[in-house]
Amino acid sequence: MALAFDEYGRPFIIIRDQETKSRVRGLDAQKANIMAAKAVARVLRTSLGPNGMDKMLQSPDGDVTITNDGATILEQMEIENQIGKLMVELSRSQDYEIGDGTTGVVVLAGALLEQAEVLLERGIHPIRVAEGYEMASKLAVENLTRIGQTFEFSPDNIEPLVQTCMTTLSSKIVGRCKRQLAEIAVKAVLAVADLERSDVNLDLIKVEGKVGGKLEDTELVYGIVVDKDMSHPQMPKEIRDAKIAILTCPFEPPKPKTKHKVDIDSVEKFEALQAAEKSYFNEMVQQCKDAGATLVICQWGFDDEANHLLMHENLPAVRWVGGVELELIAIATGGRIVPRFKELTPEKLGKAGLVREKGFGTTKDRMLYIEQCANSRAVTIFIRGGNKMMIEETKRSLHDALCVARNLIRDKAIVYGGGAAEISCSLAVEAAADKISGVEQYAMRAFADALDMVPMALAENSGLQPINTLTAVKAQQVKEQNPHLGIDCNDVGTNDMREQNVFETLIGKKQQVLLATQVVKMILKIDDVISPSSY
Amino acid sequence: MATTGELIKADAMEEKGERARMASFIGAMAIADLVKSTLGPKGMDKILQSTGRGHSVTVTNDGATILKSLHVDNPAAKVLVDISKVQDDEVGDGTTSVVVLAGELLREAEKLVALKIHPMTIIAGYRMAAEAARSALEAAVRDNRDDFEKFRSDLVNIAMTTLSSKILSQDKVHFANLAVDAVLRLKGSSNMEAIQIIKKCGGALKDSFLDEGFILDKKIGVGQPKRIENAKILVANTAMDTDKVKIYGARVRVDSMSKVADIEAAEKIKMRNKVDKIIGHGINCFVNRQLIYNYPEELFADAGIMAIEHADFDGIERLALVTGGEITSTFNDPENVKLGHCKLIEEIMIGEDKLIHFSGVAMGRACTIVLRGASSHVLDEAERSLHDALCVLVQTVQDSRVIWGGGWPEFLMSRRVEELGRKTPGKKSLAIDAFATALRAIPTIIADNAGLDSADLVSQLRAAHSADGCRSGIDIISGKVGDMEKLGIYEAFKVKQAVLMSATEASEMILRVDEIIKCAPRQREDRM
Repeated sequence: MALAFDEYGRPFIIIRDQETKSRVRGLDAQKANIMAAKAVARVLRTSLGPNGMDKMLQSPDGDVTITNDGATILEQMEIENQIGKLMVELSRSQDYEIGDGTTGVVVLAGALLEQAEVLLERGIHPIRVAEGYEMASKLAVENLTRIGQTFEFSPDNIEPLVQTCMTTLSSKIVGRCKRQLAEIAVKAVLAVADLERSDVNLDLIKVEGKVGGKLEDTELVYGIVVDKDMSHPQMPKEIRDAKIAILTCPFEPPKPKTKHKVDIDSVEKFEALQAAEKSYFNEMVQQCKDAGATLVICQWGFDDEANHLLMHENLPAVRWVGGVELELIAIATGGRIVPRFKELTPEKLGKAGLVREKGFGTTKDRMLYIEQCANSRAVTIFIRGGNKMMIEETKRSLHDALCVARNLIRDKAIVYGGGAAEISCSLAVEAAADKISGVEQYAMRAFADALDMVPMALAENSGLQPINTLTAVKAQQVKEQNPHLGIDCNDVGTNDMREQNVFETLIGKKQQVLLATQVVKMILKIDDVISPSSY
Repeated sequence: MATTGELIKADAMEEKGERARMASFIGAMAIADLVKSTLGPKGMDKILQSTGRGHSVTVTNDGATILKSLHVDNPAAKVLVDISKVQDDEVGDGTTSVVVLAGELLREAEKLVALKIHPMTIIAGYRMAAEAARSALEAAVRDNRDDFEKFRSDLVNIAMTTLSSKILSQDKVHFANLAVDAVLRLKGSSNMEAIQIIKKCGGALKDSFLDEGFILDKKIGVGQPKRIENAKILVANTAMDTDKVKIYGARVRVDSMSKVADIEAAEKIKMRNKVDKIIGHGINCFVNRQLIYNYPEELFADAGIMAIEHADFDGIERLALVTGGEITSTFNDPENVKLGHCKLIEEIMIGEDKLIHFSGVAMGRACTIVLRGASSHVLDEAERSLHDALCVLVQTVQDSRVIWGGGWPEFLMSRRVEELGRKTPGKKSLAIDAFATALRAIPTIIADNAGLDSADLVSQLRAAHSADGCRSGIDIISGKVGDMEKLGIYEAFKVKQAVLMSATEASEMILRVDEIIKCAPRQREDRM
């Protein structure tokens, strides 16, 4: 553990509490790091592809999550190891940036490190390996751009978009009704998309789930669904052409923030106060009524008396609506959020064609649907499913599908999936490697081999012979000069991914290659790990 | 040196591949075996003792209730507990069947996995089989919606089938009619809140009855009329105690005793005004959710008004619903307040207790079922059973398709599934056959629980079902194969479909898992 010794063999103390820290350095450090990263990649490897398996995760509180979404698995695994945490970050940044391919990026990084280990053992300096990888990743990205194709779709012809989303969904448990969910996702994204600016604000899509029913009952609501009901059981359950007052002030007597006391010392004061209190409620309700509101949505609670007055004035109201939902309602209905009753004017009211309360099953659960809004650019995807885990998993899968649709609208370029893009890149990198002199050549070859690991894992998970299948496809790609050939995971009978309609976004794939290379470079550069050892 | 052991926290557990699959299979099957013995008309009950204070005891054979009270640690078992809960919420019955079917599906899957068949292939086969089974079921339904008499008898039969596996089976005819009458009063709405169930100890289960009015488990104030005809009811949610000033920070501060008296008087006048206003509505019955203090109570008594205090929230909502009144909190505008009406309010006695009975209510849909029974455990179980029956009936009223029971649907489905298996090439056919076997396990368990020779019965049934249009099922009472239509054993299509679909979904979910990662349990303070 010691760093340096004097001539009598006594160690110099350089690091604080030196004796309690463990230290790994040199090749050992790199190897240990690579081991850890590989272990993480190995966990995810079996989840890759349409036939990937799920992981069952039990949280510290005993809740169970079943998923095959790479980012979710890693996040809930609570990885301790520092390098493992880097891999988690990697998957998370892919999730933030692209939303899909979170498993693929970790598997690729793991494969790159595995190859690097072999090179390190041969005595190649880690920096040279990193440089080789960098060059190779540039080549791979160039190749991706070359084989990428523009993807044609228009709001009238959403079929290509639906196909892409189906590819994403096919690897999830919801694969059973991928067609329906893909259509929902595409319609939702198109509803909120700004096609001229090629931008999509995913915040406008609310994904709400409720346990019960079948997955097939999942629906897209052009409007907002709020998990609330009318504040008074006898208020009307359906309002047409609603004018909505969106309030952030409670239907309660005002509470001045400064400290104060009201002293009652005579009968007159007592009565005056009583009257004042009563008039507060009357005024509040009257102000809403005067503005022309036919529905009040409030962030806070109501006093019993106010509640009844509202009911009495035939003014349906919803209370305890969360801040985020309130904002969405405001966006959807074109209303303004009003913080004070005084500021309530007819122009600030939101408009919706239909507001209704809908009940489910035998329990008392009710949800509020706000539909036919003035500004239809906010939509809700309402998921039904057998149990809570199913709904959570559907939410995650739909999130991926939504992201894919969004990316396609932002950037219309695609590459073909099923490992086709990886094989093509691997061929390109390998060909280029021969022209480079120096140690980097080896690193580039290793990079090409690492790229092959992705289609190999795909084949393995689909129960195919990994090496046989991969080499066959590779040979065919070279022979036919066709970068659209990939692994036939679903046993359709063709490995031309164009015919199978399996494709991914170009930007997603590029990002995978770049992110994986970056992290690998970072891990390779570490040659000293000092950690407090608790043992 | 860095292995997965260091990758995740020290207490965390990670199980992979075959071991993970084994763990989840075993967990799920253990749960299924646990509730297996409660299945069917001769199923046994379980005693559940809570760990909480008093160690209260529940006796039940309702699958959802049993599983809800279990604290399972196995993640796969939790999936099954979850589907049973959802089945309870959604259709109300079949909570045991769904778990048992999922368990059987996994048992069959385990055998296939041992034969080195990839779980994905099994899932694909199960999906196809479930679809075939569902369409077979759908093709075999009958719908008697247009013929009211037949529909009613269908409903009674369904209720009897549901109840026959519960504690109420002795009096199932009585209870089935009770439940059907209650549900038919709803006239197609699914609002089960309008059916109120009151449990009173004493008497026999047979003494339970359906009351067409509304019963409130409360007392009438002292000195007030005990019987009112043509009642006008004001349902309120207002403070009838001291009516505080709610403006923040207000408080009473006085400097002499006389002022206290003044304010007290003012308070009294205020209350008096409030009561006057309430009386001004022209009512003769006042029901409040909150307490009514003695002073206003006395005022009401003087005015000859029946005042009922402290009706709970559900009671108030129900009362408002059935009498057609609105729940009021302010009383300044008597003309526009909708009052509730009913023909007669009287105090009645059930057993030892006095209850208030509202009859001839405006909304004829509501009704109350009064359950009588020897002990609170019996009553609780009776309520759960009746709740199951009511749920199923409400669902059937909405989706009036019915099928026969007694193992008939399982055999019908398994026959179709087997036919599909014969036509399907590839390894999937093995999974499809396994699905058929799992379906047949349910009637087997029912027969076993009844102490019958299941092997013999099941094979006889299977032979009978090889012919088209067969109506045979297991007749548990005589222990033979019988004609389900003649025996009147019916089930709701919706329940069976939900059982089939959720069980398949759950088993698929568990099959897909190839790795279990248990995070380190959150460290808790030792509260001992």
